[in-house]
Amino acid sequence: MTLPPPDAPGPGGGAGPVVPAAAREMVRIQHVSKRFSLRHDHSLKQLVFSALQRKKLADTFMALDDVDLTVRAGETVGLIGFNGSGKSTLLKTISGVLFPDEGRVMLRGRVAGLIEVGAGFHPDLSGRENVYLNGAILGMSRQQIDERFDDILAFSEIEQFIDTDVKYYSSGMFLRLAFSVAVHTDPDIFLVDEILSVGDEPFQAKCLERIRELQAAGRTMVVVSHELDMLERLCSRIVVLRGGRIVFDGDPVQAVRTLRES
Amino acid sequence: MTRPAVRGPSRAERAEGWRAPGTDAGWLNPVTERFLLRLLVKKELRVRYRGSVLGMVWSYVKPAVQFVVFYIALGVFLQLSKDTPAYAVYLFSGIVVVNLFGEVFGNATRSITGNAPLVSKIYLPSQLFPWSSMIVALVHFLPQLVVLVVGALLFGWRPSPTSLVAFGLGMVILLVFTMGLGLLGAALNAAFRDVENFVDLIVMVATWLSPVLYRIAMVQEAIGGTVLWWLYQLNPLTIVVELFHVAFWRYGPRVVEKVPADPTLTQPGEPFGLWWAGLLIAAATFVVGTVVFERSKRRFAQEL
Repeated sequence: MTLPPPDAPGPGGGAGPVVPAAAREMVRIQHVSKRFSLRHDHSLKQLVFSALQRKKLADTFMALDDVDLTVRAGETVGLIGFNGSGKSTLLKTISGVLFPDEGRVMLRGRVAGLIEVGAGFHPDLSGRENVYLNGAILGMSRQQIDERFDDILAFSEIEQFIDTDVKYYSSGMFLRLAFSVAVHTDPDIFLVDEILSVGDEPFQAKCLERIRELQAAGRTMVVVSHELDMLERLCSRIVVLRGGRIVFDGDPVQAVRTLRES
Repeated sequence: MTRPAVRGPSRAERAEGWRAPGTDAGWLNPVTERFLLRLLVKKELRVRYRGSVLGMVWSYVKPAVQFVVFYIALGVFLQLSKDTPAYAVYLFSGIVVVNLFGEVFGNATRSITGNAPLVSKIYLPSQLFPWSSMIVALVHFLPQLVVLVVGALLFGWRPSPTSLVAFGLGMVILLVFTMGLGLLGAALNAAFRDVENFVDLIVMVATWLSPVLYRIAMVQEAIGGTVLWWLYQLNPLTIVVELFHVAFWRYGPRVVEKVPADPTLTQPGEPFGLWWAGLLIAAATFVVGTVVFERSKRRFAQEL
């Protein structure tokens, strides 16, 4: 699926791209709540016993509580907050892995969710096979992978090991290949969870550069990270989450200050 | 537990290009996502035999051992082969059915829990997991089928239109029925891990509750005319096993020449028996399995 190029300008100075307020909406999150049940035991015995004892089967907690968020084309929105604030849950509801209990999420265009680098990689397959498998999982067709295979390989810089089983890779090589596949999927909306902290410094710089390129190409991004300084430089807007609620949504510098002060 | 609210974009919003995340082609996914399905099958085949010297040969060894044990214990010791001509063919054509049933049902049931890292982190159509389990099972079924055909040919059997129709019907009923059970098992197993053990139990019992090892005439003699006899006959596996017998055994020369002397060698409702009942039950099972799977797939990620 190809969409008309979003009407976003190039990257702004030091911070993320400047996006006009009238740009096309890409993600619309309306009154989304998500409750998790803390059910640790998955056995029928447990279920029967708790039914007999009239005990409440599971405690629940609100991972997301009435969240409203709109992301426009070309924006890079950061999600920050302490552990358990609901950042990853929010990202997963956008990607379609989790479904909200209340409210709704809507999207436009193709989404690629990098919830975790290399989640689709299998250690017993070669690097080449993993590129194809992971590319397909992230929504690429065979033709697209064929076309981009050389770019993916060049970006990862592990050419001579591409036909080796991934289980023999060092963790750095593994991350390089996984990230390389991910950034070559070329979706309209990019969901990124804590993956910019991978690899050594030169590779990190390369990843950031690639993200900048995607920004310049008008891609929409939602990024979760604990690296506040990096996000502050990268994002056009940052959303602060606390206890499943949005407590701040706006200027990156101010957002980071809000989080640090709390 | 409350079911997640299912409220997609309205028609006007859809016209503007909006869609809800995680929506896919439902039960048609295996067709629309053929490329991904093929890669998942390749992965599963590769992973199954990692670090094993014999590799695919194991899919010959297991049924071979099973066959020899059953043949000696039942055919020779219990003397079933005396009254059943070409008992080896009879036995093996049932064994391949039950093996395919067991592998599809068992693996499909474990397919969601077995792919937990993928299911809980990246969105992809989850139907593909049980379907790839089925295709992997078919890949393992193929060599067994070849052995069966060669064995039957050695006993003088020759393919005929009747045998082809019986085989085709049997395969369709078996796959549709088992896939329905597999989808159901996969969905339930994501919530309760007990299900996979229960499925193993069913698979174990299945060998004995369909005419794989003994002849259906013996069952009729023992419980004929009762409700149990009807239930036994309506068991889709019974129907499929009988269809396989028609395909590979019943019209072999050794059986045909003994039929006048022993009319119990004929099967009820020859040649295709209760195939329509089998198809109906299989289709109903598939619908139930698909509906349950579709309704529960939204919760897979949080239940794993």
